[in-house]
Order: sequence, then C-alpha cells, then structure tokens
Amino acid sequence: MITIRQLPQLLRKESRSLIIAVPWLWLALFFILPFLYILKISLAEPQLAQPPYTDLIQTDGEGLVTVLLNFANYMLIWEDSLYLDAFVGSLKVAGVSTILCLLVGYPMAYGIARAPVHMRLPLLMLIILPFWTSFLIRVYAWMGILKSNGLLNNMLMWLGVIDEPLDILYTPIAIYIGVVYSYLPFLILPLYATLVKLDNTLLEAAADLGCRPFKQFLTITLPQSVPGILAGGMLVFIPVMGEFVIPDLLGGPDSLMIGKLLWTEFFNNKDWPLASSLAAVLLVALIIPFMLMRHFERKSEEGQA
Amino acid sequence: MRKRSTFLLTAMIMGYAFLYIPIFSLVAYSFNESRLVTVWSGFSTKWYAALLENDALLDAAWLSIKVAAINASCAIVLGTLAALALVKLKGKRGTRSLGVMVTAPLVMPEVITGLSLLLLFVAMETMLGWPAGRGQTTIILAHVTFSMAYVTVIVQSRLANMDQSLEEAAMDLGAKPLKVFFAITLPIISPALIAGWLLAFTLSMDDLVVANFVSGPGATTLPMVVYSSVRLGVSPQINALATIMISVVAIAVLIGGIITWRQEKRNTQRH
Amino acid sequence: MTDTRSADELASSAPDTSNNRDIILQIDKVTKHFDSAYACDDISLSIHRGEFFSLLGASGCGKTTLLRILAGFETPTSGRVLIDGVDVTNVPPYQRPVNMMFQSFALFPHMSVIDNIAFGLKQEAISKAERNDRVREMMSLVQIEKLAGRKPHQLSGGQRQRVALARALAKHPKLLLLDEPLGALDKKLREQTQFELINLQQRLGITFIMVTHDQEEAMTMSSRIALMHEGRVEQVDTPRRIYEFPATRYAAGFIGLVNLFQGVVVSHENDQVLIECEELPGQLLVHHSQPLAVGMDVSVALRPEKIRVLPGNDNQPNRVNAVIKDIAYLGDVSIYHAEVASGKRIKFTLPNVQALAEQPLTWEQEVTLGWQGDSCGVLTL
Repeated sequence: MITIRQLPQLLRKESRSLIIAVPWLWLALFFILPFLYILKISLAEPQLAQPPYTDLIQTDGEGLVTVLLNFANYMLIWEDSLYLDAFVGSLKVAGVSTILCLLVGYPMAYGIARAPVHMRLPLLMLIILPFWTSFLIRVYAWMGILKSNGLLNNMLMWLGVIDEPLDILYTPIAIYIGVVYSYLPFLILPLYATLVKLDNTLLEAAADLGCRPFKQFLTITLPQSVPGILAGGMLVFIPVMGEFVIPDLLGGPDSLMIGKLLWTEFFNNKDWPLASSLAAVLLVALIIPFMLMRHFERKSEEGQA
Repeated sequence: MRKRSTFLLTAMIMGYAFLYIPIFSLVAYSFNESRLVTVWSGFSTKWYAALLENDALLDAAWLSIKVAAINASCAIVLGTLAALALVKLKGKRGTRSLGVMVTAPLVMPEVITGLSLLLLFVAMETMLGWPAGRGQTTIILAHVTFSMAYVTVIVQSRLANMDQSLEEAAMDLGAKPLKVFFAITLPIISPALIAGWLLAFTLSMDDLVVANFVSGPGATTLPMVVYSSVRLGVSPQINALATIMISVVAIAVLIGGIITWRQEKRNTQRH
Repeated sequence: MTDTRSADELASSAPDTSNNRDIILQIDKVTKHFDSAYACDDISLSIHRGEFFSLLGASGCGKTTLLRILAGFETPTSGRVLIDGVDVTNVPPYQRPVNMMFQSFALFPHMSVIDNIAFGLKQEAISKAERNDRVREMMSLVQIEKLAGRKPHQLSGGQRQRVALARALAKHPKLLLLDEPLGALDKKLREQTQFELINLQQRLGITFIMVTHDQEEAMTMSSRIALMHEGRVEQVDTPRRIYEFPATRYAAGFIGLVNLFQGVVVSHENDQVLIECEELPGQLLVHHSQPLAVGMDVSVALRPEKIRVLPGNDNQPNRVNAVIKDIAYLGDVSIYHAEVASGKRIKFTLPNVQALAEQPLTWEQEVTLGWQGDSCGVLTL
C-alpha cells in the first residue's frame, strides 16, 4: 500500500536510481558492450566488403542457420613469433618505463609533499601544466630534441662530449624518454596524495628512537607509500602496454609494440578481425594489473580514512 | 637531514627541467627563421602567418574545438551523476559495478577503446541505422565515454571532501532534495566542475587514436592533421601551433591556479 | 508554578519551566540498528514544552543517532517519533517543524551571514519584507548585526556559532536540536556561551534538545538529562537528582567521582537499610525508601564530598579507619585516596580553605572517615 505520505520518499528513491542508472547505462553501452563486439569480430574472417568481416551467424537460402567461429586469428597470434614478440616488447617497454617513472617521480612527489604548505600547490600545478598541453605535441617536441641534428646532439657536440651525433631518435631509448615524459604526472599525483598524508610525527618518533634519516625513509616512508607506488605504477603500466603514438613517432620502424601492431593491422592491412583478436588478448592480459590497481587504490583510500 | 634535502632539491630541479625543456624548445624554435627546426638562423614570425593560411589545419582546429566543447558539456553531466552515485549513494545497487566501469576508461589503452567503439558504431548502424556514418557524432560519443571518467574522479574527490552536514543543514531548514542540490551542493563543487569541464575539453582536443578509429572521411580533427604532418618530420608550423596552444593553456591554468591558490590560502589562514 | 517544584529543581541552575503535562516530543520505543549494531535500543522519552533537555553519554552511545532521528536524517528501524502529537517518523527533514544546529555549524561557505540566516525562510512562502524583518530580529538576538555581509570563512569560531544558532532559530522551530553546540569552541568561550544559550532558551521558550558528551555542560544547562549508554537510556532526571541519586552503577560512575561498595542487604526496616560489605568493616547504614529484599546483591554509591574526616570520639554509624595513600591537589579542592584494612581505596575531597595552610592531611596519616546514612545511595542495577 502506498499512501500519499510515502509518495515523496518514493520519488526520492526513483531519482536516486536514475542518478545511478544514467551513467551506468552509458558506460555499459559505450564501454562494456563494445568489448563484446571485439570478441565477436575477433572470431570472424576478413573479407573485402563493407564492413570488412564475415558475419558469425549465416543463414542460407533454406533458412539454415550456421554459426561460424573462426579461431584462426588466435592461432596466428599464438604461432607467429611477430605477435608474441610485440607482446614481449610492450611488456618490456611498459615495465621498464614504469620503473623509470618511479625513479624520476618518487623523489619529486616526496619533495613536493615535504615542501612548505604554501609551495605545494604551485609545485603540483607545474607538474600538471604540461599534461594540459597536447600529448601529441609533447611527443613531437622530443623529435626535435633527439634527432641527429637536434638540440641534444648539437649541445653535446658543442660541449665536446661527443664528436659525431648519437642515434637516439628511432631507437628504444627514445621510446623510454617519451613514455616517462608523457606519463610522469600520472605517477606523481597519486604518489603525492599518499605521501602528503603520511603522519610526520612517525618520522619524528623514529628519529627520537635513534633512526637516521635515510633509514627513516626506508623503514617508515617507503613501506607506507607502497599502495601509492602500485596504484600510480599501474596508471602508467596499463596504458603504456597499448601505447601507439610514442613508439610510432619516436621508435624506429622495427620497434615492436602491440598497440602499433594493432594499428597497422587495422589501418594498413584492413584486417579488422585480426586487430580485434589482438585487442582481445591485450584486454585479457590487462585484467590482472587493473585488478591490482583497483585493489591498491581502495587500500590507499582506506588508509586515508 | 641536510643531505637528503640537497638530494631532493637536485632531483626536483632536474625533474622540472625534464618536464619543461621540451616545451621551451618548442616555443623557441617556433620563432626560428629556418625551415630546419633545430638550426637557429634568426627571429621570425612567418610560421605563424603560414599557420593562418593553412585552411585544412584551421578547419580541423574548429572541428576539434566544437567537438571538445560539446564533449566537455556532456561529460560534465554524466561524470557528475556518476560521482554523485559513487559518493552519495555508496552501497546502493549498481554503484560497485559503476565504480569499476568508471575507473577502467582511465587506464584503457586508446587503441582498444577506439577499435571497440568503432565496432559498436558499425554494428549500431547496421541494426538501428544510427549513427549514420561516422564523423562528428561518433567522435563526440567516444570522447564523452572516456572524458566522463576523468570528470567523475575530480568531482568525486570534491564531493567526498565536502562536509555532509551542509546538505543536511539545508534540508533541515526546509529545502527539498533537488533544491539542496542546486542551492548548496552545486555551488560548492563548482570549482571541480570547472576543472572537470576544462580537463574533458583538453582530453578531447588532445585525442588522436580514438578519433582516428571512430571518425569518418568527412571529419578530420586537429590532432589528425598534426599527426600526419609530424609523421613526415619536424615542421616549424607545428611549433607555431604548439606555442599558441601552450600559451592558451598556460594562461588558463595560471588564472585558475591563482584563484585556487588564493582560496586555499584563505582557508589555511582561517584555521 | 514555582510552588509546585521540588527543592531539587529549585536548586538547579536551569529550572524546568515547563508545564509537565504539556508534552511536545514523544519518543516511543525507538530502535535503530545499522547492519547488526544497535545505535538506539528501545528508547522511550517524553519531553515537555519549553524544556532544555540533554542527551548525555560517551561517544558511540547512540545520542547523536537519536538526535538525527529527531531531525529526520535517519529513519528508526522500529518505533515512532511524535512532535506535538503528530507522528513524524516518516516525514522527511525538510517538512519537520524542527531545526538543528550542527556540530560543525555547517554554514554554507558560499553564502554571506545574512543569506545563511535567510535560507530557511526562503524555503517558506513568506513575504520578502517579513523575511528581512525576521533575519534582522535573529541577528540582533545573537548580536551579529555587524557581520551581515561576511562570509563564513571570515568569522571566528564564536561568531560562526552565533550565525548557526540564528539560522536554526529563524524558522521558529518547535524543537531546536543542538549537536555538541559548544564542542568547536575553546574552554573560555564555552563557559560564556553556556549561559547565553540558557538565557536565550528561557527568553524564547523554544524546547531545546542538546547532545553532549560533557557532563559539566549537561549539568549546567539542562532542566533534565537523559544519560545514555550503549544505545539505551540509563536514567532520565534533573541534573541534581542524577548526581545525587544515580539509578545505576554506570550513571553513578559517569557523572562525577564516586565510591562504589559491593554488598548484601542484611535488613531493611523503616527506610533504614543495613548492608554488609566485604571491603568495609561493620555494616553500612543507608536511607532508602524503595523495597529491597534481604540477601540481595547491591552497590552503595558514595560521593567523595559527602565524606568527612571524623575526630576520634564521634559515634557516627558509618565510620571506617583508613590511611592516606595519595593526594591530588586540584586548586579548589584536594582529592584524597585513603586505604582501608581490606585494601579498598576510598576517595574523598576536602576544600582548600586557606591558601598558604599546610595540607590538613598528609601521606600515611591515619584518619577516621564517616558519612551520613542519607548521603549515599543503593544501586541495584
């Protein structure tokens, strides 16, 4: 029985579920559902048509329905060393650059967190500022710096450090520089958020008990910032696994990364099903790091509460 | 103590130098006379003039701005709803899955997002007849999907830090829930909404990969033009374009930063 | 009205000016549990019009939850809330004739003082002129006319408290709920504000219900106190009666210092109870009017200031020899801990009458302590 009295409450409940439902449905439609299409198309065969793949469910003239599942793409990815190498290449680039980001980013995040309160916001803003300018253009800037007659080589030659230009552009080193440069803010921000909340009296207590500064850092600060390190690390690792622009612009033609390969299969070879299979495999591979990230994000949130 | 401070200071100076040298080099060489971007041959603004005559680029820029603005406005609505659901209705049905769905786009490799959305749009067109073809609409739909995730994160943290008794006080004084939202919640989270809108705008302006997948022959965004030009090597016109974009962003961020800094300062003085 | 009051009530600093038959708020068997934890467990209270009523208890005792149920922010799991005889259990907060002053004050940061105070009135259909009058009246009531155009962050803690009070009173609520109203103020300001609040309440005649964990605050300000513990009401009474005649061991221990002796009832005749305590020699004589069964386990509660140091020849019924073990000088009084033969320690206080005098008692001194039979209470719970 619904009385008039309960009507406002009922309406409140309705609007509540609407608040959840609208973004939920949007993401379900435009974020989750597309993954199912990736799975579906990855089981199709390429054909010269619009769209350029076969339908899984085919009906012949007599009403007979057949479902054709084509696992050839996955077989190819498994058997052809090109694809495996690309995965290994992506894994290597993502792993190494995450560690490099940490080495560069941790001291910066720590430095900002320990800076005087009124300096923290400007310092953070300076970290974020490059992030607001075009990603593409920031990668492009490194082309100008790293190329054989670029800024870096000119400077090193002028200083007399080297006699002839170094080949950096179109090598893996250029990719690492580009990735660290582009993804550094993603690591610094969550790490800063963790570090700034650490209780400073813990360090004072450690010092009081006779612990030296470096040891304080190792035994107090570092262990407590692990959730921030892992959450920030995953924020770098996961998107870099599928990175396309950086290896394409800074890496050489032989730089093998899964994102670039997917792009080539799709745009150059017009092989939508194979590109989909690659995406599906990458997606599955990223589930574990994603779960790790969620776990540590929640952990560091709980730590704050 | 002193030793670590010097280490930290050096690390920070080098870190900031690493972040800013590329940007300053871009700006500096945009005023270079020579076509060879890295060889200095004299001051000139001719690349800016050339930029103004590059119709393809200007058209793309206009399309990008349009897409970015529409995207940001949609993303702010959806992102705010999601943030409200995650903070205010925590524990209700669907909020847990919403939390997962809204985090995933933040880290999803762009190639996967782009490809999967394209496949969806193709399927939708065959089944529903909408969206007809690919272009501006599909780019906006795709951009809203990942932008709203960023908006959610920003608004969510602001909502979570907001004193909940403010809303209760308004309700206690007789304001109905909708009125509470518009009179209290919205003004208080408005800095986050502005930041979220600007971020969504920037993300859209910045996106090459997803747009490349979901756009059609008619719609070329600015990053696509930049990309095709950059692939052929460095070009002073792109430096000029970069300088303009950097200046706009720098001024906007500076103004925003000063405002928040002042607020922050006022708040810390209060305590 | 004065002649109907008992001596206890007369002595209380905030007398109960209410007409006892006029109940404005009835809390009827309210229970609230979150998941499986009980915040309020079967609470029933009647609060009279014009009362200054306090919900007192340690943190986590359920007092804030009860206040939030009254405001409408929480719905009880079972039970009813009636305001002026109307069941409001399911009425949303914005339709209740109740306003609240929040612990954090919850001033809207983006609105000026005047807009904050006017906010509640703007939700009602009253004319702008009347609204302005009411706002001005409220501002003069709490003496903040000069702050009208300021924003909350430009105010001191005390000023914010006044704005919050004016805002909550502007709608002339039937009940004003105060959640730790003085918690955010420093000690000096708190004492001054206590009396301002009492005066304001008596002038306006609005029923105040205050949540506090501070026993002194509750004692000073309230006409009646409900002492809460683990979601239940331990005792409802005037401050004086709660102090002098605590109903339970918890109530005795929560407010002020107390000596508790465990014992067994030996006899009960003509309001005179004899209690045998293991920890004390002889039997205790206590005045108690409620029926007690012989052989019952009870506690005897004795306030430290009721104990006197006796000269050797006094023949008071309740007397015990003890040795001073600890002395705590508190300025106005000193607390002495004296140990009896069984090892039990008795706390008693003596006023420090003379500034430069030596302590009247010193460590290891043997003393005889005594007290009247009507200065202690028998607790059965």
